[in-house]
Order: sequence, then C-alpha cells, then structure tokens
Amino acid sequence: MNLYLTFFKTFFKIGLFTLGGGYAMIPIIEKEVVDNYNWIKREDFIDIIAIAQSCPGVLAINMSVFIGYRLKKLPGALVTCLATALPSFIIILLIAMFFHQFEHNKVVEAMFRGIRPAVVALIAVPTFKLAKSANVTLNNCWIPIGCALAIYLMGISPILIILLAGICGYVYGQYIKPTE
Amino acid sequence: MLYLKLFITFFQIGLFGFGGGYGMLSLIQTEVVHNHHWLTTAEFTDIVAISQMTPGPVGINSATYCGYTAAHNAGYGEGMSVLGSVTATTALVLPSLILMILIAKMFLKYMSTTPVQSVLSGLRPAVVGLLGAATLLLLSKENFSTPDINPWQFGISCFLFIATFIGTYFMKINPIKMIVYAAFAGLVLLY
Repeated sequence: MNLYLTFFKTFFKIGLFTLGGGYAMIPIIEKEVVDNYNWIKREDFIDIIAIAQSCPGVLAINMSVFIGYRLKKLPGALVTCLATALPSFIIILLIAMFFHQFEHNKVVEAMFRGIRPAVVALIAVPTFKLAKSANVTLNNCWIPIGCALAIYLMGISPILIILLAGICGYVYGQYIKPTE
Repeated sequence: MLYLKLFITFFQIGLFGFGGGYGMLSLIQTEVVHNHHWLTTAEFTDIVAISQMTPGPVGINSATYCGYTAAHNAGYGEGMSVLGSVTATTALVLPSLILMILIAKMFLKYMSTTPVQSVLSGLRPAVVGLLGAATLLLLSKENFSTPDINPWQFGISCFLFIATFIGTYFMKINPIKMIVYAAFAGLVLLY
C-alpha cells in the first residue's frame, strides 16, 4: 500500500509542477522515476518516451500509464494515471467554476481580447517546430499543407486525415519504398 | 444525451489525438466548436490560454474545461457540470490507458517493426498539418475582430499575434510571459 502512496505522490507532483504541457514533463518524470527512485533504467526510459510519443493521447498520461504498468501492473497504471491527471483536473475545474462569474467583467474581457491573438501565435509556433522535428522539407511539405487546407477549407474531419495518413504511410513503406 | 456525447467525443479525441496536446487541439476544436457547438471559438481560445498558464497537459485541461462548460451552457447546475468534466476527462484518458497497457503487455516487440514504423512515418507530416489547421481555424473574427467592425482592435490583434510569434519562436521568450504582456496590452489598449 505504501508503494502506491509513493507512486501517487510522485506522479501528482509531476502533474502539479509542470507548466507548458507534456514535453516539459519529460525531464521532471526522468528525474523522479530514473534518478530518485530507480524505478526504471535510463535506456528503458528513452524507449518509453519514444513509444509514448508515437501513440495517440496525452504524452504525460501515456508515460505515466506505461511506467505504472511496468511497476505494478494494472493497479500501478491506474494510480499513476489518476495522479498525473488529478492536479490539472482540479485546477481547471476551479478555474471553470470561477471564470464563468468573471468572463463578462469588463477588465477580464479586455485582457482576453489581448490574450487571444497571442495564443493563436503560441499555437502557430509549435506547428513550425514540429515541422522541423518531423523532417518536413520542400519535397514533402505538400502533405501537411494539404492536410491543413483539407481541414480548414473543406471541413474534413482531422480523424479521417489521421486514418488516411496512417494507411498511406503503411502502403508507402510496405509496397512503394522497397521498389524505389 | 449530453454526457454520452461528451464521452464518445472525447474518447475519439483520445484515440486519434496523435502528436501530443497541440496535435490534439485541431481535433478538439473541430469536434467541440464546429460539430457540437459546445463552445465558441473565443471560448476555445480562452481555454488554450488558461492551459498555457496552468500546470498539466493541454489535452487534460481542455477536456476538463470543455466538459464543465458544455454542461454549464446546456443549463445544468454546478454538480452536473462537474460530472461533465469528469466524463470528458475520463473519456480522453481511457484510450491511452487501454492502449499503453496493451503495448506494455504484449505489443512492445512490434513497436520497432517496419509496418508500425511505416504507419507512424505517415502520421508525422499529417500531424504538422493538423496543427496548421488549428492555427488557421483560430485566425478568426472572434479572436481578431475585422477591419470593418473594429479596425483598432484588428490592428492591435495582428500586432500582438506577430509580436508573440517573434517573441516565442525567435527570441525564446517564455510563453507565459508573453500571455501576461498580451493581457496587459489588452487591458490598456482594448478596454
């Protein structure tokens, strides 16, 4: 039981102290899980990052579930998953309850009129960063541009785009690339 | 039935949300703003702003906030709105939980095989496109106003957009600082 409490505390702390989403969490998870507790070996940790990144879902949750499962099977996974999600859940819930009373406040409205365009830029920035790390070049940049326009102009569901991209990747890798 | 819809929608988002929190944004936006009209574009942008300033993954933050707001906007009371939050957040996390356990349990050895890697290499550029679509969809009149309706606000918005982009991309300024600056600019210039 004590072990589960340690899991919970550790992953709750990870969820509580990481600003800026999943990628910012990686070094913090590494410090706790690899350095402090020796739950996972460093080589294994790097593999876990790779797997968690290639799977759908929230990165930090994926990593927590995988580590929790490695440590104590299903109960471990449930505890680490809950502990990682809980801090953001509580904080956002409080903000949601609070914000509805203030959103029509003139000062808050003015502040958000300034914040909104800035946030759009904050989403534009990772688009370009991700393009770099996904090796998007002049030769294949038609793929992301085509996907973006299909969603934006034609209203095609991103889910459909994901499914098609997966199938195309499979067909290309299995049948087209070997014959090139 | 709102709760069933919330569950199905966020389960789908969790299942197809490749590329981490940001990659998920265009899915959340398409479903929550355009298909179900649970939130307006402006409300969605506010959630992203709040997510940036609070700890935790953007995906969880959005699900929690959307679940609450969807139930709240539908006229439910406080307790039922909290239930909306729980529903959306659980639904978002559930595919991760199932998938990661399956991989840890039996599919670990398949992860580095060519077919799986082929699928993943097909997904990567598409996720960049998804993120691009999220940006394009947010470049809207709710967030920027228009030159006809309010040229002053439109001008300031464009300036803040460009300044934030240059600040975070080239000058590596902390995004939270940029949000605080933008809030201050809004307070002074757009009150």
